[in-house]
Amino acid sequence: MKKHSEPFWWTLFGAGGAVSALFLPILIFLTGIAFPLGWIEVPSYDLLQKWISIWPARILVFVIVSLSLFHWAHRFRFTLYEGLQLQNYHKIIAIFCYGSAIAVSVYSFYVLI
Amino acid sequence: MDSKKYKPQMGIFWWTDRWSSIKFILRELTSVAVAVYSIIFLFYVSSILQGKKTFEEFSESLKSPAFIALHCFILLCLVFHSITWFNLAPQAMVIKLGEKKVPGIVVALMNYAGWFFISLAILWLVTNLLGT
Amino acid sequence: MSQEKITLEVFRFRPEQEDNPVFQSYEVPLRKDWVVLDALNYIKDYLDGTLSYRWSCRMGVCGSCGMMVNGTPVLTCATFLQKFAPGPIRVEPLSNFPVVRDLVIEMTDFMEKLKKVKPWIIRKDNQEGPEGEFIQTPSQLADYKQYSMCINCMLCYSACPVYGLEPGFTGPAAIALAQRYNMDNRDEGQEQRMELLSTDDGIWQCTFVGECSEVCPKNVDPAGAIQRYKVAGATDWWKSFLMPWAKP
Ligand code: SF4
Ligand code: FES
Repeated sequence: MKKHSEPFWWTLFGAGGAVSALFLPILIFLTGIAFPLGWIEVPSYDLLQKWISIWPARILVFVIVSLSLFHWAHRFRFTLYEGLQLQNYHKIIAIFCYGSAIAVSVYSFYVLI
Repeated sequence: MDSKKYKPQMGIFWWTDRWSSIKFILRELTSVAVAVYSIIFLFYVSSILQGKKTFEEFSESLKSPAFIALHCFILLCLVFHSITWFNLAPQAMVIKLGEKKVPGIVVALMNYAGWFFISLAILWLVTNLLGT
Repeated sequence: MSQEKITLEVFRFRPEQEDNPVFQSYEVPLRKDWVVLDALNYIKDYLDGTLSYRWSCRMGVCGSCGMMVNGTPVLTCATFLQKFAPGPIRVEPLSNFPVVRDLVIEMTDFMEKLKKVKPWIIRKDNQEGPEGEFIQTPSQLADYKQYSMCINCMLCYSACPVYGLEPGFTGPAAIALAQRYNMDNRDEGQEQRMELLSTDDGIWQCTFVGECSEVCPKNVDPAGAIQRYKVAGATDWWKSFLMPWAKP
């Protein structure tokens, strides 16, 4: 049981699924639609700057981004197996999926923290 | 007396056969929307960190119709993701209060309440702390 | 009153005479009180005695009459003809299984998988049990009762694309049955079963398509059983990862 990594990825997938389901819709509504269209006034730059300089805020952003990516990695990996029947390439697919999630997470860690 | 058997094969587009399979694949593909937007969001935040000018440029480029359309589409996918996720939650999460099992619908409603609360809180933060 | 009719397009496979299955159409009376199984029995009795299929109880208990009706796995003894009027109705053997003849599938694989999950009460001390009887409260019974309702009809396997793509997958009913014993307070076999089911062919292959629970005639909710199993498996994993010294 210990040598198995599946439970580890699955936990990240589950956590990421929950976090993205809870946070992303409102965030994209604001940054992608309401702000650009002027429905809601964009907070001033100084204010945003002030918010993001708070540690917990940056950690929260990191957690949301990184977990969402791992959610994608796990789900997309199985979608490729099943939807396109690529089980024979499972090693490469797993490395690609989890690898890109790790890479972008590291990058976001570097940017944010 | 082992006679030959017929072994059915699943075609590569098996998931187009039935509506429920199409829904399943769409549900799985929302993960792409999740990944794409989380990266956009990362750029958004990092543009704030990089200074006023970068942020304003980035905000300006988000106003292009192509970006708005993309964001609307992703929003649709994300809402689909949220709904399917919360609807399935009770099957995985069985909560017991003392001797009794909390009914699945209550678990799902708790999830929706959390979603609603978080969304409202963020909206409130953004609109009410505007000037402060 | 003249008799209304409905057409059944039945999957035929006779290994001694054809390499690929064909569909054969039969016209049967469309009676309000007839289920698909009645129509098949009518064909066998009056139209074509060579048609092969399994059935026994005619009341949704034995689990042997499962077939694909218009693409959905159902118990044919519990599916009314009327629902599909005016027809035609397509009747096929359960998908994802090799077909032996006509509507009869080969179920050995499922039987082996059932056995593998050790669906019986395991006691660590290997003893018969306590003096007298094991105590089980109604609430402890309720914990697993749902999973004990399975009639091994295999509809869930037919509905599961993961099983279709990965024949090694232990599959819904077997995992639900493992859960049935795991959740039984008299059982102490969780660890043994977890070892089996946390391998590549076990719970982690499931992607929660959810169709198995959709088609299950007994509301076993195998999909839910598997997800709960994953939660338990993941909890075990993190425990042994963070506290390797602790006995599981
Ligand atoms: S879990 Fe339901 S569908 Fe599957 S074999 Fe048991 S009764 Fe049939
Ligand atoms: S004949 Fe027994 S379940 Fe249908």
